Amino acid sequence: MISGCSGKPAQVMSSNEIVVWHWLSDRSDAFDALARKYKIETGINIRFELYTPISVYTAKVRASAQANKLPDIYGVPSLERKDFASLIDAGHVTDITPLMEENNAAWKNSFFKGGLIMNTFPEGNQYGVKPGTYGVPIDINNIQLIYNLSLLKKAGWTAPQPPSTWPEFLALGDMLKKAGIPGMVSGWGEPWMIHCFADNMAWNIMGKDKVLATIKGEVPYTDPDWVKVFALFKEMKDHGLLSEGIVTMVNKEAEQTFANERAAIAFNGSWGVNVYDSMNPGLKYAVAMPPKVNPSRPMYIWVGTTSFIVNDRSPLKQDAVKFLQWLTDRNQQTVLATEMSNIPSAKACVDVLEGPIMDFVAGMENVVHPRLLPVEEFPLVTEVFDKGIQSIIIGEATPETVARSVQDMKEREIKRAERFKAIKANK
Amino acid sequence: MILKLPVSLKKIKPGYIFVLPAVIMLALFYIYPFLKVLQLGFYEWDGISTKTVFVGLSQFQDIIFSDRVWWQSMWHAAYITILALVFQNGLALLLAMLVDRGLKYGNIYRVIFFLPPVLSGIVVGLIWNWIFNGNYGLLNHWLSNIGLGNLSRSWLSDPKTALTCVAIIHMWKGFGWAFLILLAGLQNIPRTLYEAARIDGASAWDVFRKVTVPLMIPVFVLVMVLTVLGTMQIYDIIVSTTNGGPGYHTEVPVSRIIARMLYSSQFGYACAMSLVFGVVLVILSVAQMKISQRLKQT
Repeated sequence: MISGCSGKPAQVMSSNEIVVWHWLSDRSDAFDALARKYKIETGINIRFELYTPISVYTAKVRASAQANKLPDIYGVPSLERKDFASLIDAGHVTDITPLMEENNAAWKNSFFKGGLIMNTFPEGNQYGVKPGTYGVPIDINNIQLIYNLSLLKKAGWTAPQPPSTWPEFLALGDMLKKAGIPGMVSGWGEPWMIHCFADNMAWNIMGKDKVLATIKGEVPYTDPDWVKVFALFKEMKDHGLLSEGIVTMVNKEAEQTFANERAAIAFNGSWGVNVYDSMNPGLKYAVAMPPKVNPSRPMYIWVGTTSFIVNDRSPLKQDAVKFLQWLTDRNQQTVLATEMSNIPSAKACVDVLEGPIMDFVAGMENVVHPRLLPVEEFPLVTEVFDKGIQSIIIGEATPETVARSVQDMKEREIKRAERFKAIKANK
Repeated sequence: MILKLPVSLKKIKPGYIFVLPAVIMLALFYIYPFLKVLQLGFYEWDGISTKTVFVGLSQFQDIIFSDRVWWQSMWHAAYITILALVFQNGLALLLAMLVDRGLKYGNIYRVIFFLPPVLSGIVVGLIWNWIFNGNYGLLNHWLSNIGLGNLSRSWLSDPKTALTCVAIIHMWKGFGWAFLILLAGLQNIPRTLYEAARIDGASAWDVFRKVTVPLMIPVFVLVMVLTVLGTMQIYDIIVSTTNGGPGYHTEVPVSRIIARMLYSSQFGYACAMSLVFGVVLVILSVAQMKISQRLKQT
């Protein structure tokens, strides 16, 4: 065995207090305040340790998993399902399904469905993980289109609502182009955000089942529906809907640009409400679902959660789970939601929210995320998919050529997986 | 009572004992990780799981014969390296010579030229991001002011200019190092040689060709090796400017290794990539050494 996970007894970080690792710098003070409250209520010490930026945090979690040095509770940002499965397989994750199901599934039912599914492995998942829930969502977010109402008016958009169909969206692009107003900004230099928009559109155009069939390898990416998804990005570019430099833009820059009213539209998450409020409190904007391409299907939006996992090797794991139950209780969720203007993971305290964040909450019924499917696409296929869209936007590839190259990578990865499977079978 | 050391221990030269701590540190922090990377290159491993699968040379085979993006990223790093070798080092030599010849305020220039290298690559990238920004960047603003607004573009998002812009940022950051090393080399050349050459009637060009260049060859080699090794491993500036995009236009080997390691969970494959990359760097360095030896002989 060459990995760091040597099978020796777990060495957790602490024996007399519960240590929680996270990367959420904006929630650090709120967490510390809640830890003090928990100490008063229960006598148990909670130590939140903050590690930023997110890339450093992710690397730390990986390295610590290899060395059996994970704390009692840790957050998992943007963890691929495969990695989540590996953490479970390596014994770093507590199965909290029994606790979720207690008292007629009271704890489970307190969460938004999307947030919980992100932490759940369904029956028949491709990783062979025992079906169940392995993480606790702390808050939830989703990504939608945000329109600067002043700039829309300046461009001549007179309708009371932002566009809700694709032709309306393109028409708005034409107006913005004519008025010389930059269109949409988003962190599409971080490819996952492109993928997010593409996923919304794919689910709307072809539906969940066909997307799932594609990931399973039953439908090729060269299918006309997929080509149509890729073509949407060319149309957006041609109609002036995309701001200059969007393909290398990081989301922080996109947020600054939108907050400073240098772009009419932002494709951003619910966390953006805090950012815009702090940068430009006077900004007038409206939140709307991405426009439908296929009017006969609902529009889906990308959901994400901030989740905490209990280390199965922690000697304090029972206490750790209890703390998470307390943290996701209505009182604590209300504190987190009101102080941070985030969407709480617990449905019961949504009523404390007000303002634009409520528009994000309204979209929570139709959520999409690769993790909501029982199978996951090969990471390299996703990479070629996202980079291909960047190539379409900069005009060096067509939707058809990108569809072909994504499918080529898919076939290559399938062969590679089969080759490794054969090697494993021979051992 | 006098404690008698065993004969075998007495025989050990004290020198070995003195170097032992250094050897232990080297073994622990250099040799062991290197051997681990070497080993992992032959395994399929996601970086977390307890299960690893020995796959022999197949990952190396994939990298060398099938991974087009990998070789594309290698070419991008090589392109930036070539630009750095020629322009960054050429300019550094020119300015070092000017300062060496007693340019007024030479000490101030030394400080100014050395400022970029001490800045973090991420900070430098963010500053230049602002200059090259397509919507409100300084460069486009200046171009418009001097009537060249038609040249305006989103410099870091345009596939025609993105890589060259990254190279410019890298050269701006790295130029100070080359300047300082070359200046130190120039100042080590005995002044009497220059005086003797001038007395013999040598022109400035002759002095440069026949005195400066031969004596500076070891310094040139050092600067070139450092430039090649430093530039081929460029990463921080890429992350803070283009993140490898648009498409794959500014991907470099280190960004590919990290992408495979962290975002594709192919830890073993990433280790194999590192080894291939290491071999390429060793070949380049050895080639430079050989060339310099040949130059010295001539």
